[in-house]
Amino acid sequence: MESGIFHTTYQRDMALRHTPAQWVRLALVVAAALAFPFAANNYWLTLANQIGIAAIGAIGLNILVGFTGQISLGQGAFLAVGAYSAGILTKQLGIPWYASTVLACLITAGVGAVFGMPALRLKGLYLAIATLAAQEIIEWGILQWEPITRLTGGVEAMNVPRPTLFGVRMNTDFNFYWVTLLCLALTVILAVNLFRTRTGRAFVAIRDQDIAAEVMGVDLFRYKVLAFAVSSAFVGLAGALTAHYRTIISWERFTLETSILYLAMIIIGGLGSVSGSIYGAAFMTLLPAILQNLGRSLGGTVPNIAQQIPFLQQGVFGLVIILFLVFEPEGIAKMWRNVKDYFRLWPFSY
Amino acid sequence: MALFLQLTLTGLTNGMLYALIALGIVLIFKSSDVINFAQGEFLLIGAYAMFWAVGQVGLPWPVGILITLAVAVLAGVLVERLVLRPLIGEPIISVIMVTIGLSSLIRAIISLFFGTASQPFPNFIPRTPVAFGPAVVPADRLWALGLAVALLALFILFFRRTNEGIAMRAVADDQQAALSMGISIQRVFAIAWAIAAVVAAIAGVLVANIVGVSGDVSRIGLRVFPVVILGGLDSIPGAIVGGVIIGLLETYSGGYLKPGLEQVVPFVALILILMVKPYGLFGQTRIERV
Repeated sequence: MESGIFHTTYQRDMALRHTPAQWVRLALVVAAALAFPFAANNYWLTLANQIGIAAIGAIGLNILVGFTGQISLGQGAFLAVGAYSAGILTKQLGIPWYASTVLACLITAGVGAVFGMPALRLKGLYLAIATLAAQEIIEWGILQWEPITRLTGGVEAMNVPRPTLFGVRMNTDFNFYWVTLLCLALTVILAVNLFRTRTGRAFVAIRDQDIAAEVMGVDLFRYKVLAFAVSSAFVGLAGALTAHYRTIISWERFTLETSILYLAMIIIGGLGSVSGSIYGAAFMTLLPAILQNLGRSLGGTVPNIAQQIPFLQQGVFGLVIILFLVFEPEGIAKMWRNVKDYFRLWPFSY
Repeated sequence: MALFLQLTLTGLTNGMLYALIALGIVLIFKSSDVINFAQGEFLLIGAYAMFWAVGQVGLPWPVGILITLAVAVLAGVLVERLVLRPLIGEPIISVIMVTIGLSSLIRAIISLFFGTASQPFPNFIPRTPVAFGPAVVPADRLWALGLAVALLALFILFFRRTNEGIAMRAVADDQQAALSMGISIQRVFAIAWAIAAVVAAIAGVLVANIVGVSGDVSRIGLRVFPVVILGGLDSIPGAIVGGVIIGLLETYSGGYLKPGLEQVVPFVALILILMVKPYGLFGQTRIERV
């Protein structure tokens, strides 16, 4: 019986997985992800695609907020930059969709770095408000600033050509699932390994104590801007995937509410946890869907519930955020850890 | 010249409304270091309480005002007790997110009961236009201006003269020292939230009187952030000056440069202020060299 995990070498300490049980769980998750599209219907595949894309964005945001400690309310705007730049590159310049996705990541990283500049002087609350301003400014630019609206179409939704690969249409739920899965897997691998490098450790040091980090030789300005850029690159990927998946981009998807939704995902999932971002993305995508179904099945017994569903969703959304923050601030990732710890030491869990 | 006068008057009245809403944010920040992203929804509570009492039940408006104030005090105290108190000592992102979650919850509850359609507000503040030379201002905006000035003066007195006001300043300055002097911090926080909710409810009634009752009343809550940052998050005179400056900036940029620009100019100003003077015009500087 094991009583804990003890590392005797640095290699083992740095390893991502420590126990055989972790390898088994990973294998199970991978097998489930590969088998899922053959078992699921279109409704579940749509949800899976939404969750996958949201998880990529949430991991991006978590790198910035959870690991580096820089609060951002500009997530929606960065998603918009990713989506619109992918859309414009494919539609106006005829760049293939996969290439425009990569370019969109780079563009979003650049924009993120620029709007991350205020982080040089600001932190905490003030940075949150500065990113709120970034959100409003970018949103206004997409909707009303003429040089840009000529490309984005302003309030009109923008149509993006259908993505195809070797003559196969890619944006069916089944085909796009593989794109989403591949991108999510890449994102997870990059993000998990990022925090084993010097850069990732610098991010965490800034979060824990910025003054101490600077004393240890971490260049705060450089790493803060870098955190914004890296995070925005992933967010841009999520935005670009949204554009190619839906083939229609409308600005309503990228408002302040979206920023808040993503913040809720990483808080409910677990700040500073890559797997937590995925749990949070799944939770926040499934919650409204479950409420929708619940409302529909109650439609016969409770009158008027159909019109009230959006408000119920909004109310539950707020309530869930509050309850998690009050009762489990470290989110689903912590709850899952508690469950695992309980069973590892069971029946002597004291 | 007529345009200038008109824009200035509109900007001034808008600005004083902003100042009134900003006052609630400043009060809460001053005493508890929490920034309330749900301030716009407290406006909504005030507007709908008044709408319910006067417009739907048909009570006379002085009774309606009393009910509105009571609802606001209750909402403020409840929020502080149930939501904010468990989060004392938690990181700043938790506190920000909890007020954001709160705003979503309040908006949903109000929509469940009243729907989202815009409804006319019971008309007890006259809207007759008043002419100032070539410029015209509706009377309800002047009422808003007068009330805002009166309330702001009242609060400055409150902080200078009353025991509660001085206790709040003490708590804002140093919580531990205040605690050791026998000040109940929990009571101070409760008072701060109650006052902030009351101020917001009054502002909500005034705004609803101008634009009608709908969820849009809470939008103004976000537009107040440039005001509080410009003035300094912990300064009441700053809220007034910031409110007037942002109000004027909005109407001038919308009126002279390009309509629609007024939506973004305050936020551009916000970023510039944050870059140059992060603690605002009158805010207390906390020097941290990082």
